[in-house]
Amino acid sequence: MKPTDINDPNYFHKVVDCQWACPAHTPVPEYIRLITEKRYTDAYMVNWHSNVFPGILGRTCDRPCEPACRRGRVEEEPVAICRLKRVAADYKSDIKDRLPSIPKKKNGKHIALIGAGPASLTVARDLLPLGYKITLFEKDHLSGGAMRTQIPRFRLPMEVLDEELNYILNMGIDKVFNNEIKSMEELINQNYDAIFVGTGAPLGKRLELPGFEEAKENIHIGIEWLANVAFEHTDSIGKRVIVLGGGNTAMDCCRTSKRLGGEHVTVAVRSGFDEMKASPWEIEDAINEDIPIVNFHVPKRYILKDSKLVGMEFEKVRKEFDKKGKRLLVPTGEEPVIIPCDDVLCAIGQENSFPWIERDLGIEFDQWELPILDKKTFQSTHKKVFFGGDSALGPDNIITAVAHGHDAALSIHLFCNDTDIEERPSPLTSLQSQKMGIHQWSYENDISNDVRYAVPHADKAKTLNDINLEVELGFDEDLAFNETMRCLNCDIQTVFTDKLCIECDACVDICPTDCITFTANADENQLRNNLLAPATNNEQDIYVSGILPTERIMAKNEDLCLHCGLCAERCPTSAWDMRKYLYNTPKAANA
Amino acid sequence: MSYIKKPKFQHPDLQVNDIGLTRRDYEGTLTTLCGGCGHDSISAAIIQAAADMSLAPHKVAKISGIGCSSKIPSYFLSKSHGFNSVHGRMPSVATGANIANKDLHYVGVSGDGDSASIGLGQFCHIVRRRINMLYIVANNGTYGLTKGQLSATADLGSKTKSGEESLYDNIDMATLAIELGATFVARSFSGDKQQLIPLIQAGLTHKGFAFIDVVSPCVTFNNTEQSSHGYKNTWETYVSLSKVDFVPMKEEITTSYDPGHGKTITLHDGSVIHLHKTGLNYDPSDKNNALKHINQHKDNGEIATGLLYINQSASDLHEIQATVDKPFNLLNNHDLCPGNEVLAGINQQFR
Repeated sequence: MKPTDINDPNYFHKVVDCQWACPAHTPVPEYIRLITEKRYTDAYMVNWHSNVFPGILGRTCDRPCEPACRRGRVEEEPVAICRLKRVAADYKSDIKDRLPSIPKKKNGKHIALIGAGPASLTVARDLLPLGYKITLFEKDHLSGGAMRTQIPRFRLPMEVLDEELNYILNMGIDKVFNNEIKSMEELINQNYDAIFVGTGAPLGKRLELPGFEEAKENIHIGIEWLANVAFEHTDSIGKRVIVLGGGNTAMDCCRTSKRLGGEHVTVAVRSGFDEMKASPWEIEDAINEDIPIVNFHVPKRYILKDSKLVGMEFEKVRKEFDKKGKRLLVPTGEEPVIIPCDDVLCAIGQENSFPWIERDLGIEFDQWELPILDKKTFQSTHKKVFFGGDSALGPDNIITAVAHGHDAALSIHLFCNDTDIEERPSPLTSLQSQKMGIHQWSYENDISNDVRYAVPHADKAKTLNDINLEVELGFDEDLAFNETMRCLNCDIQTVFTDKLCIECDACVDICPTDCITFTANADENQLRNNLLAPATNNEQDIYVSGILPTERIMAKNEDLCLHCGLCAERCPTSAWDMRKYLYNTPKAANA
Repeated sequence: MSYIKKPKFQHPDLQVNDIGLTRRDYEGTLTTLCGGCGHDSISAAIIQAAADMSLAPHKVAKISGIGCSSKIPSYFLSKSHGFNSVHGRMPSVATGANIANKDLHYVGVSGDGDSASIGLGQFCHIVRRRINMLYIVANNGTYGLTKGQLSATADLGSKTKSGEESLYDNIDMATLAIELGATFVARSFSGDKQQLIPLIQAGLTHKGFAFIDVVSPCVTFNNTEQSSHGYKNTWETYVSLSKVDFVPMKEEITTSYDPGHGKTITLHDGSVIHLHKTGLNYDPSDKNNALKHINQHKDNGEIATGLLYINQSASDLHEIQATVDKPFNLLNNHDLCPGNEVLAGINQQFR
């Protein structure tokens, strides 16, 4: 193998598994350390710059960081990254004086944003400090998009939502709310310098089975129903409710039903429990609220009595695999299952819908009705029109929408300055030694052996009776401190300088997880096998040094490194050093 | 030393040995020696050797004298018996322990000061008495604990960090051991675990006095360009007389070796040492040949390493003394005072 190029900004970034997995590349270990030090406001701002909505995401994020967390590979569970983000939001002080200043003199460019969800608001956040004039169009009378309409208040309280939306709305946005854009052509003709579409994936589906027409009144589209609850147009549901679907919307629907009068709420899933799309913790929360989830139940028909919906019939299936390994759901031949109900909520997927974009404007769409985009710049085939969030690449999550927003804002900024939008600025990185003394580092390397701390919940009897009462109480300061101490500080990198190494083996002998080997060089596959502990996780890189005096190389398996710094502490020549790698994605302000 | 404990998290695929332990279970406390000390690599090699052999920790006794070297029993096999004795007197304690309980594996760890200076007399006598043990000298050619004076194993002309030059020829612990009757003598280098680990395993299995002289650089006081015991010089000058493999008895039954590729030595318990040819065609069973080779390499400015000498026919102390099969510490009153009838029997022999 060739020596590793640690100057490649992606090399050490990849070692910080959580940050690498985060669509917005939030510097996770950095803010966790700040929480350890009770510097909540600083921790909040690290988040705010990366992901814009720390308080919201600290409650609602899909947490791609957590399955990636290295802690999950050396023990059972990852660090509770998401809920620590909430801690930063819960305990911070006033941040208003830390927000970017908005120039009074504008730069003369005028941008239209359509849909006031996370993607558009991120674009606004990035462009307003640069002097852009922003007009934000929203069909509802309030901003937030899916964060307001699809996430129930018992998971995301109104004041948390409004606080973070207002940081951006108060930067001087021209708000045009309660105003649904009906024609893209009209908007384009208004000569905006760029238009950003962040309208989400607004189209829910209803399951049209026999009996549908007669029962229609009581069959609801999950996301529409949730929006009606959020805007207080709906405040009750029948006593017996069936929720169809196994995603997060289904979990929100069933838990909301339970709070609006649903006494017997059942979630019915076509496939197996383990194939459910909902996040495990949301499934867990639904189960904790005594909501049964039945799997391998394929809905067959709506059952009516006197023209009124009284139940649904399901066929029981089991999982089989065909010869090609494709998963099939095969009827078991058992009696059909009948579940009585008064209402059915369909949470069986969302789709994009752009009936308001005329097809002759030069904005092209693919066969799934998604705009054809450059996935790096989010520019459509019409050079002035950009997309982001669910409306760009189909339904995903908030943090992905934020990431799109940052990238689109950068593109718009480059575009408005007549520069090539493909030429993106480099990420902002730094690599700084953390050495303070012979055995002292400016980070806490004595990590905790504790297992993951659970977030305390409010009393179930109370939360089930109050749709606005937040279920999760969040970590208190002590719990938060204990949880932060589980973080392995994967951004504190082990940097090896081969010229200094005397091959004494001190690092090899001390390493708790057998990461380091001195051996003859070989190709990667061979080398992975030749290590002290074979490196079987191919997603994790091997750090290879140049040739050493004994003609061996140092090869370090990054997979299970605890970043404890003991290699560097034992190294007599400082060939190993612990250096903090900070990585920030380039944003419009950096262009 | 370090302010933190070694994290308990370990590699999830770490091998579990025959008695259900991983290598981490054979560790001791975190070392307090200087970072880069060769002695830590010796500890690591002992840990690996013991884990690979599935040694039951309670069947091992670690004994040491005084010095940096003699601190290391703290850093391995924390579940084993240990005795940190007086300077240069490890052999006496080891002898006593071995006489009291011959059923344990004895690992003596000493240094060049402890064994070649203050304890040289003790060393000579334990070799001569052939105690069944593994005696390791962590040899760095300097008195590290007293801040870097030349020791008796420093080679002629070798210089310490402060510039002090050795004016005398060195005491070669390996040739001394061979001459005094040790039945297993090896030399190795702390930096070369591939060689050191099988030697430790073979030494622990060998019945009789096994001695390994390990060049173990003092990174703080004796690691200069002019020091013959530093890392750089040792890497450059050490010559492996044969590549050593140790195969424990249980595995040997299923392992096949091409006899054309080297020499096979079967130890008393059925375990095997494989010596792969290196081109030197070295025969470790010939005492005079061993001494000749060691001296020849020394004259060439090289350090001869590997298994230097082995003799499996000589008896150990218990055999020479014809002691009873049962370890002394298990003998009870009846064993020691078998009663009038037995006494009468003995007396009868002399009538």
